[in-house]
Amino acid sequence: MRQSIFSIETNENIAKDVYRMTLSGDTSDITAPGQFVNIQLDGFYLRRPISVCDWGDGKLTLIYKILGRGTQAMSRYSAGAKLDILTGLGNGFDVEKAGNNPVLAGGGVGVPPMYGLAKRLRAMGKNVTVVMGFASKEDVFYEEELAALGCTVRVATVDGSYGTKGFVTDLMDSAYSYSYACGPIPMLKAVYDKLDCSGEYSFEERMGCGFGACMGCSCKTKYGSLRICKDGPVLEKEIIVW
Amino acid sequence: MVNTTIHLAGLTLDNPIIPASGTFGYGREFAELYDIRCLGSFSIKGTTKDPRFGNPTPRIAECPNGMINAVGLQNPGIEKVISEELPNIQKIFGKPVVANIGGFSLEEYVYCAEKMDACDNVGILEVNISCPNVHGGGMGFGTTAESAASVTEAVKKVTTKPVFVKLTPNVTDIVSIAKAVEAAGADGISMINTLVGMRIDLKRKKPVIANTTGGFSGPAILPVALAQVYRVYDAVQIPIIGMGGISSAEDVIEMMLAGAAAVQIGAANLVNPYICRDIVAALPEVMQKYGITNLEECTGGAHR
Repeated sequence: MRQSIFSIETNENIAKDVYRMTLSGDTSDITAPGQFVNIQLDGFYLRRPISVCDWGDGKLTLIYKILGRGTQAMSRYSAGAKLDILTGLGNGFDVEKAGNNPVLAGGGVGVPPMYGLAKRLRAMGKNVTVVMGFASKEDVFYEEELAALGCTVRVATVDGSYGTKGFVTDLMDSAYSYSYACGPIPMLKAVYDKLDCSGEYSFEERMGCGFGACMGCSCKTKYGSLRICKDGPVLEKEIIVW
Repeated sequence: MVNTTIHLAGLTLDNPIIPASGTFGYGREFAELYDIRCLGSFSIKGTTKDPRFGNPTPRIAECPNGMINAVGLQNPGIEKVISEELPNIQKIFGKPVVANIGGFSLEEYVYCAEKMDACDNVGILEVNISCPNVHGGGMGFGTTAESAASVTEAVKKVTTKPVFVKLTPNVTDIVSIAKAVEAAGADGISMINTLVGMRIDLKRKKPVIANTTGGFSGPAILPVALAQVYRVYDAVQIPIIGMGGISSAEDVIEMMLAGAAAVQIGAANLVNPYICRDIVAALPEVMQKYGITNLEECTGGAHR
């Protein structure tokens, strides 16, 4: 973990209430896709945990959705503004487990960490399928960016206004070597039930500190309690208790 | 040169900075970040007889200048704390710690106190009779003078370590409870625990915290803590470890002027993991700024 100051380069609206922020700063403590950062915002006491979309060479990309007053304030920051950020938080996904044809399932703002993961899996020469679920057409983002990495990309919307009508599980058709998933709990559970292969699932919870000190985000697993922020947010499929 | 050394119930601390229970775990996470031996001491995560998962999540809510937690005394149980955490604390910290214990019955407090009494690197026993997040115990013992005194007396019988009783501000008259624990033999008082608070989610129209209410802490409660410490200092002879919203070296001195012999820093650790190290480093300069050469002499200064 590292506490450092990042400088905002861009902060733009890419879908309904969804923003992409790119920053420059020290990314050396980020070691795996699926990790998160914890951001101090002016006027808010607790930091905001946001998953890492992509990183490298002193550049950090975050995609976040306006869900409350903190993310609302975050969307109003302009290029050049400085942010105090804790980086390198959480365990992240293990790319070594992917096998040859992994499937990556992202729901809503569960999609961003899948981009950083897909990029690294493609660099390893994996045959990557990405299935993404959104509520409606106006919520869809990153379809082209993921396709540009060379992934097979499929999109579902709950209302059928874009792509397949339904859920990410309706987009899965073949046997996969491994699964990675990030999204709302019902989506994670549906993916868990649908697929026979092993996998890693990323969870979220309201956090106090984000680095394992306060026990605010504990969850029960088959092997005792774990902290979502420090031992997670990525849990192996085999240990999950729903 | 300024002197930050503090004498507290027979112990000598390099400085009065003590991370508060529940915000510093058993030291592991922070020892990865900085050399925690710079701290005066630290108070370990509240430990109970049996392992506890704690309350359902969400356990955390944000507030203006503060936060609410309803962790509910999650801890691995005293056996594991004594066999694994205290030896590790000896390695990473090497100084006496404040062992915070909780319970759901008089017997449990006594059980934990007896076990902790046998541990060399426990410097102070901090008896938590003020946790607002557990039912059938915790704060129940801290809300009347009689029950607070009975826990104090029972614990004192089984330990020779200095016993600090941690008091809740969620009472009509904290002074009467402070006097009762002093009369029952307490060596000191830790105050204040969190204030009962809640937030409601407008989208769900339900409490944010799964346990409905939680303990409110952070800079917003500093004035409440100062006022309560100020009043208790006037009423008792035993030392007070003051806490509640402290986030800077200036806050430390303010709390000591109100009557604290040492201070604990809680919520601030969660927002800035380096805050205690930074406060220790800032103390000499801030002391000089206010013409203080011997920090210990600040205690109760606002009463003179």
